[in-house]
Amino acid sequence: MNLGINIAGVELKNPIMTASGTFGSGREYEPYVDMNKIGCVVVKGVANVPWMGNPAPRIVETYGGMINAVGLQNPGVEVFIEEDIPFLRQFDTKIAVNLAGRTIEEYVAVASRLATADVDFLELNISCPNIKEGGVAFGIDANMAMKVTEAVKKVAKQPLIVKLSPNVTDITEIARAVEAGGADAVSLINTLIGSRIDIHKRQFILSTKHGGLSGPAIKPVAIRMVYQVASTIGLPIIGMGGIMTGEDAIEFMMAGATGIAVGTANLLDPCATMKILDEMLIFMQNKGIENINDIVGIVN
Amino acid sequence: MCQTSYKSKINCKIIKNVHLVDQVYEMVLDCPSIAMEASAGQFVNLYCHHKGRLLPRPISICEIDREQGRIHLVYAILGDGTAEFASYVEGEQIEVLGPFGNGFKFAPDYEEDVLIIGGGVGTPPLVQLAKELKGKKTIVVGFRSNPYLIERLEKYGKVFVTTDDGSTGFKGHVVALLEEKGLLGNIYACGPTPMLKGVKAYANKNNLKAQLSLEERMGCGFGGCVGCVTKVVAETELGYVYKKVCKDGPVFDAKEVVF
Ligand SMILES: Cc1cc2nc3c(=O)[nH]c(=O)nc-3n(C[C@H](O)[C@H](O)[C@H](O)COP(=O)(O)OP(=O)(O)OC[C@H]3O[C@@H](n4cnc5c(N)ncnc54)[C@H](O)[C@@H]3O)c2cc1C
Ligand SMILES: Cc1cc2nc3c(=O)[nH]c(=O)nc-3n(C[C@H](O)[C@H](O)[C@H](O)COP(=O)(O)O)c2cc1C
Ligand code: FES
Repeated sequence: MNLGINIAGVELKNPIMTASGTFGSGREYEPYVDMNKIGCVVVKGVANVPWMGNPAPRIVETYGGMINAVGLQNPGVEVFIEEDIPFLRQFDTKIAVNLAGRTIEEYVAVASRLATADVDFLELNISCPNIKEGGVAFGIDANMAMKVTEAVKKVAKQPLIVKLSPNVTDITEIARAVEAGGADAVSLINTLIGSRIDIHKRQFILSTKHGGLSGPAIKPVAIRMVYQVASTIGLPIIGMGGIMTGEDAIEFMMAGATGIAVGTANLLDPCATMKILDEMLIFMQNKGIENINDIVGIVN
Repeated sequence: MCQTSYKSKINCKIIKNVHLVDQVYEMVLDCPSIAMEASAGQFVNLYCHHKGRLLPRPISICEIDREQGRIHLVYAILGDGTAEFASYVEGEQIEVLGPFGNGFKFAPDYEEDVLIIGGGVGTPPLVQLAKELKGKKTIVVGFRSNPYLIERLEKYGKVFVTTDDGSTGFKGHVVALLEEKGLLGNIYACGPTPMLKGVKAYANKNNLKAQLSLEERMGCGFGGCVGCVTKVVAETELGYVYKKVCKDGPVFDAKEVVF
C-alpha cells in the first residue's frame, strides 16, 4: 500500500502531521511515539522574540472538546533553531515551523531568520484567537490575509503553508486571497472561538475570557470547511479539527485534504498519531485502497 | 498502538474504590510499572470512560505499594469526572498514564526536622512523603470539617489537625496553628493556593526552606500543551516567567513561586 503524499514538492512518507501547539517540538512525545513514523512534525508557534503567553487558567474542558488560551508562549526563534531543529533532525520526519506574529514585520522577521534554517515548511498562523494585537485581523480579512502572505512569501525559502481561521463568514474568500498572495498550501481549521463561565463563581473560567475550541466537537465544522476550500482553490490542503481516529483522518482526506494533522488527540493520548496511522492502514486494507491519494477529495 | 518499547496508557484494574468521608474516596489500582517508577509527590492522569470528558484528571499518588505493585489514590468529588470515578466498582478497569511531575526533593539519608503541611485534598501526597522522610516529623493538616488520612499520618509523626468549623482539633487554618505553636522545620506543603501563600509567608518570616506542591488545570499532564502554567521568578521585565506545573512541578521551591 502507498501512503506517501506530496505537499508543494515535499514528499511525506504518510499523511500524518501534528497540529501546531499540541506536540511541542516533539520532545515530550519521544517516550510514546516512534517519530520516524510521522509524516511531518508541525511545531508549536515560533515568534521572532520570546513570548510570555497568557496567565492561567489557560485550559478548560467542554463536552467533547477543550478551550485553550495558551497565547503562543514560546522561547523565540533563536532557541528554536539552536535546540529544536537538531533534536527533530535525529528522526526521519519532515519539519514544519508554525510562524507567530502580531504584525507583518514580525512575521517577516521570523520567516527571514528561518531562511537558512534546516526546516521543510513554514506554516503561517494568521488565525490564532489567543493574541489580541491583531493576529486575528489577518485571518478574518481577505485583503490583510493576502498582504501578509505576499510579504512572508517574498522572504520564505521553504514552501509556505497558510493556516486558515474558521471564525469567518466565508472561508473560501480567505482561501482565494492567500492563494493569490502566493501560498503553496493551506491548512485548516484553527480553533473556533469559544468560552465557558463558572456559574458558581459567576465569572469566566479562562483568564482571557475566550479561547480556542478544539477536539472532536469541532470536526463537522472542519470537514465542511475543508470540502468548501477544496472545491474553491487548487492548492494542497492539510485538514485538521478533532481527528481522533484513523476513520476521522480518512474522512478529512475524502473531503479534500492531502495531509491531515492530529491536534487535541495528542494531548488526550500521547500515542494518538501511532494509533491513527494503524487505523488508517486497516481501513485501506479492508477497503482494498492501494494508494491513499486515490481517496483525496473523492466526494468532490 | 504504541510499540512495546514505547510507553502508553495502561488499563489498570481497580482493586478497591471505597468511601472515606463526606465526598472523599480512596481508589487502589493494580499497576506494577507505575508503582515501580513513582516517587512521593508525583501524580497520575486518570481518564474517564465517558467519551465527552476528554481531559485527564490529575490525581496525586497518596501511597505507593511497590511490593504488591499498587498505588493508592485519595480523591474528592469536585465535578463530573471525579463523580464518575466514585461510581466505579472493584474489578473495573481505568486508563492511567504516569507517573508525572518532579515530586518532592529530599536525600534518602536526610535526617533534619521537617514540617509537613497539608490542606484538604492536598493531604494525600503527604502520606507517601511522611513514610519516606526520616528525622523528626511534625505534620499539620487542615480541613473544612471532617478530617481524613489522620491515622495513616500518625504512624510517621506528631499530627496537628485544624478544621474551619472547629469540629475536630484546632479551629482555624493551618498557618494560624503554625504561628500559635511556633513550629519550625524544613517545610513540605500541598493544598489550596491561599494556604500555600500563607505557608510561603510563614517560611519567609521564619527563614525556613519550603517546597510547595501546586495545582493547575491541565490539558495533557506531560508537558505537551503548556496549559498548566504558574508564575516563577525570573530576570525578565515582569520579574517572572510561566513554567509548567505538570513537568517543571508540581513541586516548586517556595522562593521561586510568584503568587
Ligand atoms: C497535580 C495535581 C494533583 C492533584 N491531586 C489530587 C488528589 O490527590 N486528590 C484530589 O481529590 N484532587 C486532586 N487534584 C485535583 C483534581 O485533579 C480535580 O479535582 C479534578 O480534576 C476535578 O475533575 P472533575 O471532572 O471532577 O471536575 P470538573 O470541574 O467537572 O472538571 C472539568 C475539568 O477541569 C479540571 N479541573 C477542575 N478542577 C480542577 C483542579 N482543582 N485542579 C486541576 N484541574 C481541575 C478537570 O481536570 C477537568 O479537566 C489534583 C490536581 C493537580 C493539578
Ligand atoms: C493547546 C493548543 C495550542 C495550540 N497552539 C497553536 C499554535 O501555536 N499555532 C497554531 O497555528 N495553532 C495552534 N493550535 C490549533 C491546532 O493546531 C489545531 O488547528 C486545532 O486545535 C484544531 O485541531 P484539533 O481539534 O485536532 O486540536 C493549538 C491548539 C491547542 C489545543
Ligand atoms: S498540562 Fe499540558 S503542559 Fe502541563
